[in-house]
Amino acid sequence: MIPVALLPTLLQHTQEDFWFPSQAARNASMVDELYYFIFYVSLFAFIAIVLATAIFAVKYRRGKVGMNPEDSPHHSTSIEIVWSVIPSLFMVAMFWYGFQDFVVMKQIPDNAYEIQAKAKKWDWKFVYPEGVESFGGNIDMHDGGEGMVVPLGRPVSVRLESSDVLHSLFIPNFRVKMDVVPGRYNYLWFEPTELGEFPLYCAEYCGTRHSRMLAKVVVKSEEDFQQWLKDQVVDLATLPPAEAGFEVWKKNGCAACHNTEGVNGIGPFLNGKYGSTETLADGSTITVDDNYIRESLLDPNSKVVAGFKPEMTSFAGQLNDDEISYLIAYLKSLNE
Amino acid sequence: MSTTTTAAQGDDHGHGHDDHPKHLAHHFESLEQQFDAGKLGIWSFLLTEVLFFSALFVAYTMYRSNYPEVFQYASQFLDTNMGALNTIVLLLSSFTIAWGVRNAMLGQLGLLKMNLVITLLCAGGFMMIKKMEYEHKFHEGTLWSGNVNTIFRLDPNDVPEDMKHHSTAWDNRNGEFTMAVKDLDPEFRQKLGIFFGIYFCLTGLHGIHVLIGMILMIWLLIRAMKGEFGPTNFNAVDFGALYWHLVDLIWIFLFPLLYLIS
Amino acid sequence: MPSTNTLDRTNYLNATKGFMSWFWTIDHKRLGLMYLWSVIGCFMLGGFFAMKIRLTLSGDVDFASQTAEQMNAYNNAFTVHGAVMIFLVIIPSIPAALGNFVVPMMLGTKDVAFPKLNRFSYHLWIIGAVLFVATLFIGNLDTGWTFYPPYSTGHTDPSVITAVLGAFILGFSSIFTGLNFIVTIHKMRPPEMTWFKMPLFLWAIYATALIQILATPVIGISLLLILVEKTMQIGIFTPELGGDPVFFQHLFWFYSHPAVYVMILPGMGVMSELFATFSRKPIFGYKSIALASIAIAIFSFIVWGHHMFVSGQSELMSVIFSALTFSVAVPSAIKVFNWIATMYKGSISFSTPMLYGLSIIWLFGIGGLTGLFLATLGTDVYFHDTYFVVAHFHYVMVGSALFGFLGGIFYWWPKMYGVVVDNMASKIGCLMTFVGFNMTFMPQFIGGSKGMPRRYAAYGESAGFDGYNEASTLGAMVLMTGLFIALGSLLWSLKKGKKSPSNPWGGVTLEWMTPSPPPEHNFEIDPPVVGDPYDMTLVEWKGEEEGFLPVNPRADDPCVPDVKPSA
Repeated sequence: MIPVALLPTLLQHTQEDFWFPSQAARNASMVDELYYFIFYVSLFAFIAIVLATAIFAVKYRRGKVGMNPEDSPHHSTSIEIVWSVIPSLFMVAMFWYGFQDFVVMKQIPDNAYEIQAKAKKWDWKFVYPEGVESFGGNIDMHDGGEGMVVPLGRPVSVRLESSDVLHSLFIPNFRVKMDVVPGRYNYLWFEPTELGEFPLYCAEYCGTRHSRMLAKVVVKSEEDFQQWLKDQVVDLATLPPAEAGFEVWKKNGCAACHNTEGVNGIGPFLNGKYGSTETLADGSTITVDDNYIRESLLDPNSKVVAGFKPEMTSFAGQLNDDEISYLIAYLKSLNE
Repeated sequence: MSTTTTAAQGDDHGHGHDDHPKHLAHHFESLEQQFDAGKLGIWSFLLTEVLFFSALFVAYTMYRSNYPEVFQYASQFLDTNMGALNTIVLLLSSFTIAWGVRNAMLGQLGLLKMNLVITLLCAGGFMMIKKMEYEHKFHEGTLWSGNVNTIFRLDPNDVPEDMKHHSTAWDNRNGEFTMAVKDLDPEFRQKLGIFFGIYFCLTGLHGIHVLIGMILMIWLLIRAMKGEFGPTNFNAVDFGALYWHLVDLIWIFLFPLLYLIS
Repeated sequence: MPSTNTLDRTNYLNATKGFMSWFWTIDHKRLGLMYLWSVIGCFMLGGFFAMKIRLTLSGDVDFASQTAEQMNAYNNAFTVHGAVMIFLVIIPSIPAALGNFVVPMMLGTKDVAFPKLNRFSYHLWIIGAVLFVATLFIGNLDTGWTFYPPYSTGHTDPSVITAVLGAFILGFSSIFTGLNFIVTIHKMRPPEMTWFKMPLFLWAIYATALIQILATPVIGISLLLILVEKTMQIGIFTPELGGDPVFFQHLFWFYSHPAVYVMILPGMGVMSELFATFSRKPIFGYKSIALASIAIAIFSFIVWGHHMFVSGQSELMSVIFSALTFSVAVPSAIKVFNWIATMYKGSISFSTPMLYGLSIIWLFGIGGLTGLFLATLGTDVYFHDTYFVVAHFHYVMVGSALFGFLGGIFYWWPKMYGVVVDNMASKIGCLMTFVGFNMTFMPQFIGGSKGMPRRYAAYGESAGFDGYNEASTLGAMVLMTGLFIALGSLLWSLKKGKKSPSNPWGGVTLEWMTPSPPPEHNFEIDPPVVGDPYDMTLVEWKGEEEGFLPVNPRADDPCVPDVKPSA
């Protein structure tokens, strides 16, 4: 049985249309085609019932017919059978096509390139087989992330894991979605067919910043993708400390809660904060120096600045001492 | 909550005909219709109770079929003798309440009162035994996953020190169990917490229903003492007894599923 | 003043006076009215939060500068909107407000089987409502009405506890209402009214009641488990403690899917009454509609997994649930065809209730058909958790269930209050509500299919959803205005409305065979039960004043006081 998606399709289109964003992955067209099948069948049925209602309402209105209508049958077994069987047949067809598409969506090709997507409140981190990591990248978020970078023309599978609550990974242009469930791995796959950048959303409510748990998918040519992977393997020791700090900043999703443009979010903005005096929740004051920054990374909820909740996760075990120094250097650099 | 609150209760005049006896509600045509309605009502209500418990039985089935050895091992921590005693006590109480219904039908109010009292005492006994069992578990630390004192932790260092000292299950110091909890594989040990979560939910919910049953029995007893029941007016006792039988029946399922699987 | 109007005499409204005579009543009609106003009040509360949602999404929300407080406020708004509308408004609406009022009268009896239980149901509803409103003041409730763990049990404020407790108690209110109707319909029908001679509204209420008693206990235990998970960390839904979060989803949707049929079936029952009465014809295909109601009730229990196609449940289960979901679509479609066929060669009146009925053909047409996209696996993966779903369920829950409720209110208003509301204002109210509703939710279909996710406090400009949100909010303004006009027309009628005869519309179900408003015990003399609840020839039109009167009145028929008994 040939999966529907492999048949050449007349309806394949890459531009966005009235209903859908552009198709950018191999399985997108089968979803759209299925949609249009159901849509036209439904539209026909809808027009039929609305027209019948309108015609009867006008033709048999009381003003014309009078108070007592003429006799007419109260049921008709044959008509009722016809209008039960015909819709049922269409529904069987809808189910069947939907089932076939679903089978395609679920059968991950053996040669798929597996990226791990790690979800937590409220950001996405992507880990590549080569050990590279990236995150975020949504253009409205200004978080400096690279997004999920994928190669054109090859199947990519995504292994989904969550460290806290339910999330869901949704890429409209690829027509893929799968919940991310803590305690287990879920999978989805796609094969990009267009170069470019496409939005990625969290599609399962996960708390205050659910609407900000955004990322992007960047489709590069195979050559560019390989180059990108190479470029990510950064030896932090070769960079100036503040730049190395920015790499650490990007790879750990700090921007999900801390802005560097003067706007408070879940956490305070950090530009211009190095060396400043802050008031804590208990009324005492501290100076934002190297020690305070280090403590905020390893034991974040012991000295929380007033006006913010003790919600920051600890990075103990995730950042080594070098990375912490680089971060401090980066934050210092934000004072310029 | 009882569905039998409609009939206005009073002395039984017993001369039906077309004048409304005091215990026939104004919206019913006859005592028979009232009884039929009440019967269908209580059975429908019992059906909702079965569905209420069903989710817990489904949880049990799901976790047990996924982790059969965990459940078998966990069942050791339940005292089968106590469970059997509870079963006998409840069966006895079902017998006395069933007899009580017959007493009400025959107007034997003295016997009815006696049977209601015995049923109450049995229910009370059940709750006492349950209390002892629960206390033992809290002492042993054989508790649900999220309880601070549970010994069923992934990481043994998370078990409180004083718990390790007095729990005989932790180190199997009396040799009662097949293996000491502290020697178990961490994942296996953590899943034991799920067994106990289900255990406490099932027996806890059941216990709440026993308490409600006791309140019901007291209410029936008070009405019996006022002389309210008789051959044309025993609906409340009949329906109350049906509720009690269901509470008993749920225990009859709980007991083997929780206590008798090791 | 029509001769069959009792507003100047003793009726159930004025027979006894004082707060306690209402609060402690066991009269099903008074309970029905109290439910009606309570539900309308909560509808306005839910509507307030709906407005908050709409204004946030189309106001001057700057994606970049929206604060955490503002996001929280939005998350609270959609949670409370959903929970209030579902648990406090739509689920009780027709059964508790209209059903309580009408069912005993349709059966020719004095009350439901268990009037005191009925009163208890209402008091439980009040307690549930108080707990919900209290939650608003206690703290942050932002789990969505679905309360999914681990978020709801491990990442939220204590306000979840009061909200869940409120929903739990409301569940019992619903169970007892359903239980009451089941026993009433089984045991209190007059001998001549066999099952297939019952009005279809009773079939609808009966099918609804079956679902209420079988499904609601499961949400009860699910909510109890959330409570126990949150307060005691029992572990059953928390992966770190060995539990499974998806298990909750199964438990939750096992109730919540049948629950949507609790919402729609009574509305369909109202539709059958409206189309028969306002076509002056028996309903077409009576038996099919009756059996379809039961079929819908049964099938509703075996499709819950279609809410979970992307949850991680096994592929096999997803396939089975998808196939079964189509089974529920067929009986629903059959009903629509039957209603339309009822109009064929009828005498159609465009009264206010009928306008709501006609609107439902359009609205349920869209709502039901868009369900097909969600039953189909290939498309649901895309549409799940987008605004396509939001639009779909509003078309069925509001466009069909709520419109059914409104149609039923206008239909039975003369019986409840002795006044008819069928004027320019009430019709404009209906029209505006209809237009506003479409304006609000049609853009959401498109936004959803463009990929707009649900439960977002704001969207970035580059996402491109702003236009749809703005259009939807404009529609919401029109919708709100229409609803206020409709409500206004009802309220105005209480002071200045045209007095109604016993049967202003020409129905032949038994509630029309008693004066408007009815006496305390519903019927002065037992109503005539001839068997066919849709034989319109039993009554004839006697003019504006007297409405429809029985063709062959019996002696002492209070509906025809001045007519001599037939020979």
